[in-house]
Amino acid sequence: MTVQPISTDAVIIGAGPVGLFAIFELGLLDIKCHVVDILGKPGGQCAELYPEKPIYDIPALARVSGRELSERLVKQAEPFDPRFHFGHMATTVNRNRDNSFTLKTDAGLVFKTKIVVIAAGGGSFQPKKLPLDGAEAYEGHSIFYAVRDKKTLRGRNIVIVGGGDSALDWAIDLHPLAGGLTLMHRRDQFRAAPESVKKMQALVEAGKMRFKTGQIKALKGEDGSLNGIVARGPDGEFELACDALLPFFGLTMKLGPVANWGFELHGNLVPVETETLETSEPGIFAIGDINWYPGKLKLILSGFHEAALMAQRAFKIIHPKKRLVFQYTTSSTSLQKRLGVA
Amino acid sequence: MPKITFIEADGTEHCVEAESGMTLMEAAVHNMIPGIDADCGGACACATCHVYIDAHWLERVGPRGEIEEDMLDFAFDVGENSRLSCQIGLSDALDGLVVRIPERQF
Repeated sequence: MTVQPISTDAVIIGAGPVGLFAIFELGLLDIKCHVVDILGKPGGQCAELYPEKPIYDIPALARVSGRELSERLVKQAEPFDPRFHFGHMATTVNRNRDNSFTLKTDAGLVFKTKIVVIAAGGGSFQPKKLPLDGAEAYEGHSIFYAVRDKKTLRGRNIVIVGGGDSALDWAIDLHPLAGGLTLMHRRDQFRAAPESVKKMQALVEAGKMRFKTGQIKALKGEDGSLNGIVARGPDGEFELACDALLPFFGLTMKLGPVANWGFELHGNLVPVETETLETSEPGIFAIGDINWYPGKLKLILSGFHEAALMAQRAFKIIHPKKRLVFQYTTSSTSLQKRLGVA
Repeated sequence: MPKITFIEADGTEHCVEAESGMTLMEAAVHNMIPGIDADCGGACACATCHVYIDAHWLERVGPRGEIEEDMLDFAFDVGENSRLSCQIGLSDALDGLVVRIPERQF
């Protein structure tokens, strides 16, 4: 089946603060955007890693939490009607004959776009995988880092490892359909919603699931199927039989597919021209934490500035025959119309 | 100028000169010590700068903070001497500090 590509002026990869502000800067120049992000919500690192932590160096906001900053940026971009595609990781970008790009995501979306803006921060968020020998071979049938289809876990003997919200939520959610379920965590305290902790403890007391204090040390299995784990607890090593293992140790950032898009990388970063924020591939831009140039500072405010410069160059690519008149939002009626305030 | 020794899981030692006021994570990253990923850049938000403090230094380095204790839930193979290196401020009092790097960060 051929997927009908979505035609657009710009695709922004990453809905973190800088990607969100890029919607605004491009929008002011009447460039419409689609935004893809592997996470399920906007905000990127700010919303995922430190939603509650205050940030003190955003101009004019003496103190703002990661969550609030993301919410404010989403609101600011609203007049430009961006189309968000969450849960998608951009996997390939290829230049077409007409100099546009075909961008594909891992979840099956295809875009035909005039420019690509990489605002992917530290890369894409991926679940932390078990650094244990042989773990990879079990992935997808015995070890699951995310639950895509609960049915595959029905009747199985499940061990969930971790003490955060994901671990507890899934333990509570899966225990009725599991053959048996054990939650294992390194201590008996949890950094999860207190309500979930209570619910889990009640289930343990009622004998509907088990809790063990311990840290995973090794995997046991045969012919590619897991049949147990070895763990170390306060009283020494022990084994737990299981045929499904769900480790929830949070997310980590990996540069991901961007590494294979043909840029010469500076370490894990994409070098850009400071005037245009263009990468070595004309029409592909990199802004925010993912780019590099001499003097680069990984600050949100630097990313905002980069978004504004990027938009100027993007306009010239998208509208090669139009002249770009530099305007201010305070005085320009046409900008104010785009913002929906005039 | 505190001197710090990082020992990799395979026994390779790296002796570096740090500056007072830096964190232990920064000393590692500036000196390209392998095995300290520090994905979040020092916000105590990722647990990828996990180290083991040498037993002789535990007392001088001090206890874990509350947020750090929570974040250690996301580290692999946490021991009594586990710390997140971004939460350890360096000073001359830690001159000679020895830390071990886990085989892998998550």
